[in-house]
Amino acid sequence: MCTTFHRTGQALPALRDVSFSVSQGEVLGLVGESGSGKSVTLRSIIGLARRYGNVTGQVRWQGRDLVGMPDRALRQIQGREIAMIFQEPMTSLNPLLTVGLQLEETLHAHTDLSKVARRDRAIEMLNLVGIPSAKQRLKDYPHQFSGGMRQRVMIAIALAATPKLLLADEPTTALDVTIQAQILDLILQLAQDMDMGVVLVTHDLGVVAQTCDNVAVMYAGRIVEQGPVRGVLKHPRHPYTVGLMRSVPENLPPRTSLYSVPGVPPSLDALPRGCAFAPRCAACVASCEQDRPPLSLITEGRQVACFNPVTNEQGNAA
Amino acid sequence: MKSAVLQIQDLHLRFPMGRSMADVVTGRPGRVVSALNGVSLDLYRGETLGIVGESGCGKSTLARCIVRLYKPSEGEVRFDGKDIFDAAQRTDRSYNRRVQMMFQDPYSSLNPRMTTGQILAEALRVHDMRPEDGILARVAELLDLVRLPQDAQHKLPHEFSGGQRQRIAIARALAVEPEVLIADELVSALDVSVQAQVVNLLLELQSDLGLTILFVAHDLRLVRHVSNRVAVIYLGRIVEIGDSETLFSNPAHPYSQALLSAAPSLDPDDRGKATKLEGELPSPLNMPPGCPFHARCRHASEICKQQVPALLPFEGRGEVACHHVEEINAHA
Repeated sequence: MCTTFHRTGQALPALRDVSFSVSQGEVLGLVGESGSGKSVTLRSIIGLARRYGNVTGQVRWQGRDLVGMPDRALRQIQGREIAMIFQEPMTSLNPLLTVGLQLEETLHAHTDLSKVARRDRAIEMLNLVGIPSAKQRLKDYPHQFSGGMRQRVMIAIALAATPKLLLADEPTTALDVTIQAQILDLILQLAQDMDMGVVLVTHDLGVVAQTCDNVAVMYAGRIVEQGPVRGVLKHPRHPYTVGLMRSVPENLPPRTSLYSVPGVPPSLDALPRGCAFAPRCAACVASCEQDRPPLSLITEGRQVACFNPVTNEQGNAA
Repeated sequence: MKSAVLQIQDLHLRFPMGRSMADVVTGRPGRVVSALNGVSLDLYRGETLGIVGESGCGKSTLARCIVRLYKPSEGEVRFDGKDIFDAAQRTDRSYNRRVQMMFQDPYSSLNPRMTTGQILAEALRVHDMRPEDGILARVAELLDLVRLPQDAQHKLPHEFSGGQRQRIAIARALAVEPEVLIADELVSALDVSVQAQVVNLLLELQSDLGLTILFVAHDLRLVRHVSNRVAVIYLGRIVEIGDSETLFSNPAHPYSQALLSAAPSLDPDDRGKATKLEGELPSPLNMPPGCPFHARCRHASEICKQQVPALLPFEGRGEVACHHVEEINAHA
């Protein structure tokens, strides 16, 4: 999948050759810094990026391709089969409508339930996501809920039509750690119960370590490393993943200098010709500046886009 | 003996809420949000004191009281032995110069219509730091100090990235040669690698200039990394305070324990090991009587519902406010 945005005659390649698959019940983490293309990936999958940019490639969903699908057909899938949770629980609910109305609206659009059944289902959903006294709270407006509770409402709305795939864009970034733990637990539990696939976008490697089965690391619109969480986090092979891991202040003598990858991510209108990470990379070899390394399988289950990947031993040392 | 630069004594801050029509009709008094409920702490010269807690616990309110953005309802903040809220002290601008604050949001804390040069020069002029002909040279010096290129002074805030903007905020704070810096979530809005650069800069400047820093943040790993001492705040009260390494490796208060274990570990093998905290922070509108944490605490007993535990020294580990601290830590 590729997504390109256009700005005054200039093409900005926000996503380049992003490929991955998610199976039922799998939780895939997408990590990277701001601007690496994590959110655009989700928005391209579900068709939200098409209004603003040019999406090419294929998104295969149960035998059908979502990229070329007409808007009308796509709307049958959006929210019903594939649901999305957005980052900001404060702004993604309509402040003028009660929570109950917003939940029932989703059910009205995606199910044939009667009015009474929709109301019961709405109560059931709020119960499911752990909102106390659900029946009374249906009548409340979003501002009467705390941030954590609003995110629960978002999850309830997203899951109301029992989707098979959940796209979660930084669902816990705006929340406190204790609430984050509760929300992640909830998403995991529901994914398991409903046998739902989840793509979880986050910039927190700790969240990935604690919740995901597989992880894809993104840099400048491409996936640079992909594989099972345990392997990738314990023995990262791409120099960027190694750098990302090292910049988390953990297991470091206190008050010493923190590691940070030198340089800044490239701007989309000035991407280097070869590997986008080459200018910041210590392991850069001649071919890195010439050609773009393809994402290729280097060991079982691990794909890395690098001409000179970190070896296992070095990975351990880092 | 360490000397305290700033002494905070039993600070309370209550925000009155507007009375609703129903309140007025029934003659009920207006409701009050208690943001701070008796915070006392000393900030020692040259140290970094980390303040952690969930949102709404009063971290930022405390920081804002210290720089006189809020006036506390009770209690005092003493700087150099004098209460900064005294009528005589309130008009004294030298305190504002000596204690500087840096804010969380690099997008709203810099005037979008002023160039970096103007922003820094304004700070210098307000406090008469340099004669008019020395201002340009000092601006150049400040940009060097925070490692921004010289041409930055002609640019507007929107031309900079988040990390660069926080450097400008640091330069602005340092322009007036303060002794104490209050960093309220200074790097929370930044990516990890940029965060690392800004934190490194702050630590370097601290040792070069001998600054005292109050570091307010919700990122526990980061606070552990930069702080000498840490205070954990819950609902406007300090529940535990002590040496950073000791507190993080061996928290004594049940809330500190839960908070620290909720931070997701980087090791996938730690899955499911965290002790989960039920419920949410109670609203500061209906403060429960007794220990503020009792509603969410596994160890809560009758006394916890009635009496607020005092912050007392515990086994040389720092100070803890918990009725059951001894039993809780005896099992561990």
